[in-house]
Amino acid sequence: MKFSARWLHDWVPFDLATPELCDRLTNAGLEVDGVEPVAGDLGDVVVATVEAVEKHPNADKLKVCRVYDGDARLTVVCGAPNVRVGMKSALARVGAVLPGGFAIKRAALRGVESSGMLCSEVELGLGEDETGILDLGNGFAADEALTPGRELSEVLALDDVTIDLDLTPNRGDALSIRGLAREVALLTRQAVVRPPLARVRATTEDVFPVAIENYDGCPRYLGRVIAGVDVTQPVPWWLRERLRRSGLRSIDPVVDVTNYVLLELGQPMHAFDLDRLRGGIVVRDARPRESLTLLDDREVPVGDGHPGGRRPLLITDAHGPVAIAGVMGGNRSGIGPSTRNVFLECAFFDPLCVAATARRFALQTDAAHRYERGVDSRLQAEAMERATALLLDLVGGQAGPIVEAVSEAHLPNAKVVRLRKRRLDRLVGEEIPPTEVGDILDRLELNPVTSGSGDEIVWTVTTPSHRFDIEREEDLVEEVLRIHGYNAVASRLPTGGLPLGQPDLAVAPAARFADLLVDIGYAEAITYSFVDQRLADVLEPSGDPIRVKNPVSSEHAVMRTSLLPGLVGALQRNLARQTERLRLFEVGQCFRLVGDELKQNLLCGGILCGPRHAQNWAHESVDADFFDVKGDVERLLALGGRAAQFLPTQDPALHPGQAAAVCIDGETIGRLGRLHPEVAATLDLPRNVYCFELGLLALATRQPRVFGGLSRQPTVRRDLALVVDYAVPATEIEAVVRERVGELLTGFAVFDLYTGEGIESGRKSVGISLTFQHRSRTLAEAEINQKVDDALADLKSRLGARLR
Amino acid sequence: MNVEQIETAALEAAAAAADEQALDDVRVRFLGRKGEVTALLKGLGRLTPDERPAAGARINEAKSRVQAAIEARRHALGKEQLRRELASEAVDVTLPGRGGRGGSLHPITQTLRRIEQIFVVAGYDVVAGPEIEDDYHNFEALNIPAHHPARAMHDTLYLDNGLLLRTHTSPAQIRVMEKQQPPLRIICPGRVYRKDDVDASHSPMFHQVEGLVVAEGIAFADLKGTVVDFVHRFFEKEIGVRFRPSYFPFTEPSAEVDVRCVHCGGAGCRSCGYTGWSEVMGCGMVHPNVLGNMGIDTERYTGFAFGFGADRLAALLYEIDDMRLLFDNEIKFLEQFA
Repeated sequence: MKFSARWLHDWVPFDLATPELCDRLTNAGLEVDGVEPVAGDLGDVVVATVEAVEKHPNADKLKVCRVYDGDARLTVVCGAPNVRVGMKSALARVGAVLPGGFAIKRAALRGVESSGMLCSEVELGLGEDETGILDLGNGFAADEALTPGRELSEVLALDDVTIDLDLTPNRGDALSIRGLAREVALLTRQAVVRPPLARVRATTEDVFPVAIENYDGCPRYLGRVIAGVDVTQPVPWWLRERLRRSGLRSIDPVVDVTNYVLLELGQPMHAFDLDRLRGGIVVRDARPRESLTLLDDREVPVGDGHPGGRRPLLITDAHGPVAIAGVMGGNRSGIGPSTRNVFLECAFFDPLCVAATARRFALQTDAAHRYERGVDSRLQAEAMERATALLLDLVGGQAGPIVEAVSEAHLPNAKVVRLRKRRLDRLVGEEIPPTEVGDILDRLELNPVTSGSGDEIVWTVTTPSHRFDIEREEDLVEEVLRIHGYNAVASRLPTGGLPLGQPDLAVAPAARFADLLVDIGYAEAITYSFVDQRLADVLEPSGDPIRVKNPVSSEHAVMRTSLLPGLVGALQRNLARQTERLRLFEVGQCFRLVGDELKQNLLCGGILCGPRHAQNWAHESVDADFFDVKGDVERLLALGGRAAQFLPTQDPALHPGQAAAVCIDGETIGRLGRLHPEVAATLDLPRNVYCFELGLLALATRQPRVFGGLSRQPTVRRDLALVVDYAVPATEIEAVVRERVGELLTGFAVFDLYTGEGIESGRKSVGISLTFQHRSRTLAEAEINQKVDDALADLKSRLGARLR
Repeated sequence: MNVEQIETAALEAAAAAADEQALDDVRVRFLGRKGEVTALLKGLGRLTPDERPAAGARINEAKSRVQAAIEARRHALGKEQLRRELASEAVDVTLPGRGGRGGSLHPITQTLRRIEQIFVVAGYDVVAGPEIEDDYHNFEALNIPAHHPARAMHDTLYLDNGLLLRTHTSPAQIRVMEKQQPPLRIICPGRVYRKDDVDASHSPMFHQVEGLVVAEGIAFADLKGTVVDFVHRFFEKEIGVRFRPSYFPFTEPSAEVDVRCVHCGGAGCRSCGYTGWSEVMGCGMVHPNVLGNMGIDTERYTGFAFGFGADRLAALLYEIDDMRLLFDNEIKFLEQFA
């Protein structure tokens, strides 16, 4: 909310410089977001009297004026149509620099020298009226203030600032000059000085009937007819200026008056063109299929489908809806230049009712903003009188009597809330003296009644109608504390038991996985959890990701089922920036619907691309391959220590011959491989991209370690070169050997892999190294030979192997 | 030649031997079976028994000296040989070592770890929770009913299936309180989501750390002490901290915490919007409705909660001026945090 400091000062004569005022407000919970002067520097812009106006000899549209600026009579050339003799206007003297940097110089205009410039609102940065120069006698200031030579900024009280408050949703009571005045008064121990407000007596009997069908949504509705108005009348400068200093534009006299009352008192109002209303006002729920075209020409299907059961509350007449209650009016009954008779509405609507409708139709209006935060339920009559008085001044007309429909039973009650001293001190952590507490509650207009004594003091307060946010003891604790000052409370640290930590033997610390990847050269990435559906589809055509209903953009439209889209995106961006070699990893949740069940799995994934080693004199420059990524995965798996299998797999994102599923205890916990060349081509990536993705929880589940003893017996190693079909996996050779040799085999390694000359095509030579050891005795040579022969026999019969 | 002459010749020859082979030749020539010194010994038989002891002694002394000289020469030659070998094996020690450099941990992760370290020491448990949440855990249980204006403070991203992306990590606290009674001391770090457009200071995804302490006798003073201590330890500087009243539906009283701008120290600069303060977290005493929802006796137990953006703290700590860099994952950015 923006407001003018001077306007506030009219209500409460605080003696604070602006920075101090801002500090006090902020420290009381009304956060000041910004402060801006209401006008630029208007030095050397003064009041001047136009004493003579003559036609310019060389230009039809220009006039040559004699202007008295209190010092001298000057010749000023002026193009404004409204310049006339006797007029008091704003003269920018030679040397003045207008907002926007326009410097006034002595200059010849079509042959006539001009010593200054008579200025319009726009040129002074004071408004939007550019039809002519300022006519100061016309409602800007009292005549006696308009002494030629006086600084304009003084005359127009431009030494003012617009303060922007970022109010929290609970402080609807402070969304007005009146509310702020109350707050400043209590902070500075002053009284609010309310401008005099007289009731406007009805001068006509004209009324328009009002009825309420839904008192829950609208406990009170006031209406008043103002007949015979002329809405083409100009809006006086002081009113326009107050709106401007509050961040609002002037629209027309009627809208300006309702906006003014909104700003001043915090009461939203609405004005209808009475001649376009039929029958009478009925406040009721929307009916099926009803719709309403709003003032901004949007058509809102107010009667369609009501999720949650709450129907929008409407203001209607005999022909149907004319406004959405507390949100916005309809265009059928809107005020226009031809409006002669006005019906003014001033109501109290239920906050939740307005909030639900405003949110449902995305209508964030100033009225809805206030109603949903709560409006003083006793304010309507006063606001109606204020608006009537202003309106009669501006547009003339005759006011009818106020018609009120109300259900007192449905209006919010004053709440009686207790504050126990013991509870207050316990929540604060130190004592606030009871006299201070009583004083604060009193200044808050909470009408405290004190009972008990010592630590048993209880204050019982009754909330005024403008503090609808106070409901329970803790609310009073906050009120007392914020006036006492949060920063006045001493700090201390909590005390308590000292429970010990509980490390888990069966889980490897999650940080280890990230640390390992960092240690072996990966950089950690953090990518968005929502991704572009097109990218997700390329990587997993059948992924069926969960869609975001209201995404920030189409690039963030679906929840990731995998870390790959994010990592691929990061890779693309880095490649575009001339990175050749990259290793990235990410740890994060991925989301998938399995049947009806939502799975949120923590995955650890990586991507690599480019040479195996960074450019270095010591290494051959070779691209990384499948076994680089596999090696990295094996190191991750080693942290958990559980045996894993790598099985060939088909994955639409991966190369069909270079893809593996990672399985532990028969369960697939991840995958790795080379990005499918077609996918890489689609994504404009090179062909040598490898990736892995593993479930972090499965990875971290650790086989608790138990010492297995040490054998001091000698080990014996035998190396064999086998020739087998190319498709025979190394793990099968190992399995056959292990099965046959049994526990004497303590080591198995593949030390060589060869195809080419000497090996028939379709076959490969695999060099394996077997290590034998007995737990308790030395193995005999014959025993080992027998085991090797047995193993070879099995390898031959089961895998078609022969010795090379 | 007499003993003296032979000894002199042997010593000279040993000293002149250029390598092992030459030295061995010297040894054979003088000390070998047919060597000149050996010949002298053999010739002792020709002397009279009276002459023999003295002559023998003289020859044996000369032999010892020759042997020693050859050994000394052998040692010297060995050292020389080694010196030459080592010289040939010299490398350029300024060349970089084999194997690559390590990678880097994301600055947000480093920040989260730093935060965890600070709290874990004081007995806080670190808990995680789901990022896709239901309305109850994200709002209702936290005293934010439907249509509450406070929902406008959270521009929520909803999913097709009626669930939502958590707007804060507070739901994780609810999930803890559903299972565990006080005393509680937890922090919940994690990703959160808001429907914010991307710019230098906003991101639709960021990281939050929420803290919760519920126990007997927990007061606003404890909250202040904890927050101030945290700020000082996190920045390793006793920077100014102020608390000002604010509003969150799940705390009452509620406070917003500002710290003295780490860039200008309070003088006012672009980074702090010329206020001298940077807003870093929201906090307050846990609202009795929240504790009550969890079946906690609100007369017996009180608690405080705080929450802050880890990305923002990371940006302040590492002087990162554009939040977009955090999620762009450019390697030249990431490497700077190795």
